[in-house]
This record gives sequence, structure tokens and C-alpha cells, in this order.
Amino acid sequence: MIDATGMPQTAVVIGGSSQIARDTLLLLADRRLRSVVLAGRGEAALESTAAELRARGVEEVMTRYLDVTDTDRLDAFAKATACELDTIDLLLVAAGDLCAFDIDALDARTVSRAVVTNFAGPAATVVAFLGTLRAQGAGRIVILSSVAGVRVRKANLVYGAAKAGIDGFAVGLADALEGTGVEVTVVRPGFVRTKMTSGLKPAPLAVESSDVAEAIVKGLETGVPVIWVPPVLRAVFAFMRLFPRVLWRKIPG
Amino acid sequence: MSASARTELLAGWGRMPASAARVLRPRSVPELEDLLAHRDGSLPMIARGLGRSYGDAAQCAGGLALDCTGLNKVLELDLTTPQVRAEAGISLDELLRVLVPKGLFPPITPGTRFVTLGGAIASDIHGKNHHLDGTIARHLDHLRIATSGGPVECGLGQRSEVFSATCGGMGLTGIVTEAVLRLLRIETSSMLVDTERAADIDACMARLSEDEGRYRYSVAWVDGFSGGRHLGRSVITRANHAVLADLPAKARRDPLGLELRKPLRVPAAPPISLLGPVTVAAFNELWYRRAPRHRAGELVPLAHFFYPLDGLAGWNLLYGPRGFTQYQFVVPLGEEATVRTVLERLSRARTASFLAVLKRFGAEGSGHLSFPRMGWTLALDVPLGAGGTAVLLDGLDELVVSAGGRVYLSKDGRLRPEMMAAMYPRLADWLEVRARLDPEGILSSDLARRLGLDGARRLAVAKVEA
Repeated sequence: MIDATGMPQTAVVIGGSSQIARDTLLLLADRRLRSVVLAGRGEAALESTAAELRARGVEEVMTRYLDVTDTDRLDAFAKATACELDTIDLLLVAAGDLCAFDIDALDARTVSRAVVTNFAGPAATVVAFLGTLRAQGAGRIVILSSVAGVRVRKANLVYGAAKAGIDGFAVGLADALEGTGVEVTVVRPGFVRTKMTSGLKPAPLAVESSDVAEAIVKGLETGVPVIWVPPVLRAVFAFMRLFPRVLWRKIPG
Repeated sequence: MSASARTELLAGWGRMPASAARVLRPRSVPELEDLLAHRDGSLPMIARGLGRSYGDAAQCAGGLALDCTGLNKVLELDLTTPQVRAEAGISLDELLRVLVPKGLFPPITPGTRFVTLGGAIASDIHGKNHHLDGTIARHLDHLRIATSGGPVECGLGQRSEVFSATCGGMGLTGIVTEAVLRLLRIETSSMLVDTERAADIDACMARLSEDEGRYRYSVAWVDGFSGGRHLGRSVITRANHAVLADLPAKARRDPLGLELRKPLRVPAAPPISLLGPVTVAAFNELWYRRAPRHRAGELVPLAHFFYPLDGLAGWNLLYGPRGFTQYQFVVPLGEEATVRTVLERLSRARTASFLAVLKRFGAEGSGHLSFPRMGWTLALDVPLGAGGTAVLLDGLDELVVSAGGRVYLSKDGRLRPEMMAAMYPRLADWLEVRARLDPEGILSSDLARRLGLDGARRLAVAKVEA
């Protein structure tokens, strides 16, 4: 069960090979975490995170292959996972991937793939778990969004638009689940230095994946519905949202 | 099912954590007994009274919460023994209205009269008279509990293991449906109160250790916020029930008059906490300054002495939507330094706590999971929602355990399961009785699941550690 300070004892992680997911779980392992299902595509990364969690005293760690773009399989996966854990305290959705930035490099397949990987797949996965979560009357869904989705820039057009989609889904879902005992947190990091962004030039206010993890754990405790990392981005984007469009479009890649 | 069911979001008095369950309101004891014996489906269930446990004891996420407040009849009042037999959903408030005019008083009362008898037994409550009178279990003649195998009668002389597992058993061995409670005779409804101030926590504990036998009731209200040389400055109030001769002539005409005023109500839940460091510091300062340095023999209506916070209904809302927890622990005598360290840590963390309560407990009772033991108990409200509280409280648990103490489950919403066996050495006995009374684990709560009290899994762990 989630305790009064928001700490989960069990977790299901979608995108379990993500570095942010790993760092978050390591922190939660020091608190209350005892059972985890890690689901994702990168088997080596899943296994290495699983080993680290076991070393930190998590009693039960299971790894499962899951491709969130394979939406036909999601219901069966959710059902099987629900049977493996007595409750799902935390559903952490960290699946996603960057895609081509340059408008000239985009094609139909890339766009479709990016939207499914970053929006449709994660959203469909959450929906597959909703029945279980509502029936158990408690739980927290944490969805990794990005400031890229707060106001889409030309420089990361498709990734930003997909993140805008998942962000809107998460915010709306939180309202839809009011009174069910299931709560939703949206995480909006800025530029995070991870293996996903290793080839890119860091943006201003870049953070490490461990910073995001710390912010998530703190957010679980404070119960805020939206977590900005670093926190100053909340103010920055309050301003950015109002930025005149003629200037906005001048922001270089 | 005849009782209507609705899904509701339930939480304890601290408002965190919250979870949704179907709420059933059985209208009679047989109906409740039937619900347990012939449950439909395999949903777990827990009894709920007035929701005054601070944490997650009276909620059952995804299961059933059985609201027992409708089962509140006084069944028999024996004026000679004296004792009362009542249904367990009756509140202390209702009981007082019956008892006090007849010159009777519950032998144990907590700091609020809005608890049910059943909840009081499941928590094995203590009062300001614990040093003399122990917990409520010591004053129960016998209990009737509903279990999945049917109703069971128990008492100290009859199935005493069941009785000891049920008193303090957090509603997880069976649902108390009826209890026979022995009563205290009183001559008046007034208290004769001595008040004094103590400049810091050491002075307070020293004073509480003196003159202990002279007062039936004894407690200190501690400033949990000030640090430095004011750390733990306190107002000590100690009292006895006033006898007829203590009253002025005019008041002797109606010595047992009971005034339970309808409380003021917090009009709306504020969107943020109104009890931050600034307001709490100001409140604590004012309250300490207002108290007399020393005053003896003040006549006070019993409601003022026992239930000061009941004057403001819904005061828990003032902590804002993220709620609060109450950290109540006990450490053995000789561990005064631990009490001081806990206060220091909370005061340094600027964790706004107003009106902490310090008390010296007497001997331990028979309940397997009963909280009180000989020593010092301190209870502080700790607001949730500021990052860092979880780690701070985990650190306090370590201190308390290494001092041989424990945390009060009825106040708790965040203890880690690994602590249970160390804090409650009779846990293995309790688990054994529970496994016998509720083999399928029908009775469960968020607290039970969080602390591993509901299944066999934890039984193995407890045995290894014991």
C-alpha cells in the first residue's frame, strides 16, 4: 500500500530500461519498495536494473518484455501483471524515445512511429491498467512528459507534439479519476542528460536523470499533480507560454 | 446484501492516505455477523467507526468498509457493579450523555469523545490516567466479536488469547459488536485541576515523575516547535474528579450536570494548510504565556479537561489537503534522552507541531498489539506534504526502536513493516490467533496490508526475527 507520505511498496514500470526509471526505483528501494515489475524492450538494461534493485533489498523483481507500440498485447500484459502483484501502488510510465529533429528528415513512418512510441503506446498501456487500478481503490500513476510538450518548438516538432499529447492525456486522466483513490502525476523535465540524449547538445538548465528521480520521489511525498525538473522551469514556461509567436519561432534548434 | 453500498473515498483523521472502498452500513448486529459469515465474493473488509484513527487503520482499498456507527444501543446498564453493556458502534459522546447524569464515567477516555467503543477496543486506548488505570482492556468484562466463523465471546477468563489479540488488534481478529465495560463512580461532573508550567522538557519530565499517585489524570502539553532553551516547554495539567464537597454551595444542587456544547465547525476545507510554522509558533507562544505559572484546585467542567479539541469540529482540515500524521511513540523509563532527541529533531526540522502531548505510562497491559508500556509517550502532529518528512520520521523510528520503544498503530500511516516485530514482541502470538480466527484473511485494512499484518507472508518474517 502507498503510505501517508506517498511511498509505494509495489511498482510496475513501463519503459523499465530508462535511466530515469532506474534512478527513481533505486531511491524508492531505500524507502518502502518490495515488489517491482520492470517492463520494456532492452533486456540487458532491464536485467541490470533488476540486479541493482535486488542488491538494495527489493524482495521481488520481475522483468518482462513489453513493446508499448504493440497495443494488441497490452490488455493481456496488464492482466498478467496484476496477478503477479497483490496491488499496484505505483505505475511509472517512462516509455518513449526521441526521433528525428530536422523537418527535412521527417517522413510519414517516422512521425507515426514517434507518436505511437511517445503518446499512443504509453496512453494505451495506462488505459490497459485502469480497470485494475480502479478496482483496487488506490494507486498512483506517474507519467513522464517533457517541457517539450508544454509549447512545441519547431526544433523538435514531432517529439514535442507527441509529448503534448501524453501530457494532455495525463492531466485529463487525473480529473477523470477523481474520487477513485487513483491519482496521476505528470513529470515535466527539461533537457535530461541520458543515453537517449547523448548525441545532443544540452539545452540551458539541463539536469541529470538522478535529479529527475529525486524530484519524482519528492513529488510523491508532496502530492503535487505536476512535477517540473528543475523546478524553475515552471516559472520559465509560464512565461514561454505567453511568448509572442513571431519571437517563439525564432528560437533556434 | 440488505445494507446499501456506495463507493466512497475514505481516509483517517490525518486525511492521508486515502483510498476508495464500498461502504456498508449494517443496521443490526445479526446483519453484521451475517455479512462476515456469509460474505458474497472474496472482498476483504474492515469495520469503521468515527474515523478518528489518524492513518489507514479503518479503510480497505478496493474492499468493504463496514460503518458500524448505526449499532449504537445501550443494552444494559447495571448501576450496582457498575457496568454497561452496549453495542460497539456507540460513541463515547453518546455514552457520556447516558452515564454522567447517573454519576458514572468511562474508566478510560481518550482526548476526543468522538470515538466508538469498538474503535477504542481495537486500539486498546489509553487516557490521561494510564499510570494508574492502564488501557481499556483492563476494564472490559467481556466482548462479543463477529468473525468469519461466526460470533465469538471472549474475556480475560474466557478465551483470553482471543481477548488479548482483539484488544489493540486493529479490528483484524474480528469485529467487536458488543462489550461490557466496568465503570467509574463520580460524585460530580467537574474536575479539580492543578496547572503548572515547566520551562523545558527535562523540567517537565522531572515534574511528571513526582506526585504521580496524587492525581488520577496527568498530562503535559508540550510546545513541539520551540527549540534551544525553550525546547519542550510545557504546561502540566493534573486532575482528579471533584467530589461534592469541592463544589461551591450553589453548584451542589446539580453536581452531575453535563454540558456538551455543539462544537463550532471549520466552515470549509482550506485549499492550503493554515497551520504553518508562523501560525503554529504564534499559537504555541500565546498558549504557553496564557497558562498560569502555578494554579491549584481549579474547578473545570470535565469536557474542558478531557476534550479541549472537540470544541472545534473538523480541526484536522486546517492542515490543508495534504493532511498530517500524528507521531506517537513510547520509550521505557530511563530513555528520557530519546524523548529530548525526538523533540530536538522535529524542532530543528521546523516541522510545525502544535500541542504535543507528553505522558508517563504505567504498566503494560495484556493486548498483543497494545501500544502502551511503562515509560514516556510523546504525541506530535506532523504536517505532511513537505518533502523530507518521510525520511525524518523513518529516522525517529530507528531512535525509538533502539530505545526499546514503539509507535502507536492507531496514529500511524507510514511505519515500515520491518519495524513491527521489533516494536511489538508479541506479534507472533497475535498472528497465530488471527490466523486461527480469520483463516481466509477476510478482515483486512490498508494498515494491515502496509504492515504485512494480513497474510502468512509476514508470519514467516516475524518468526525469523523473533
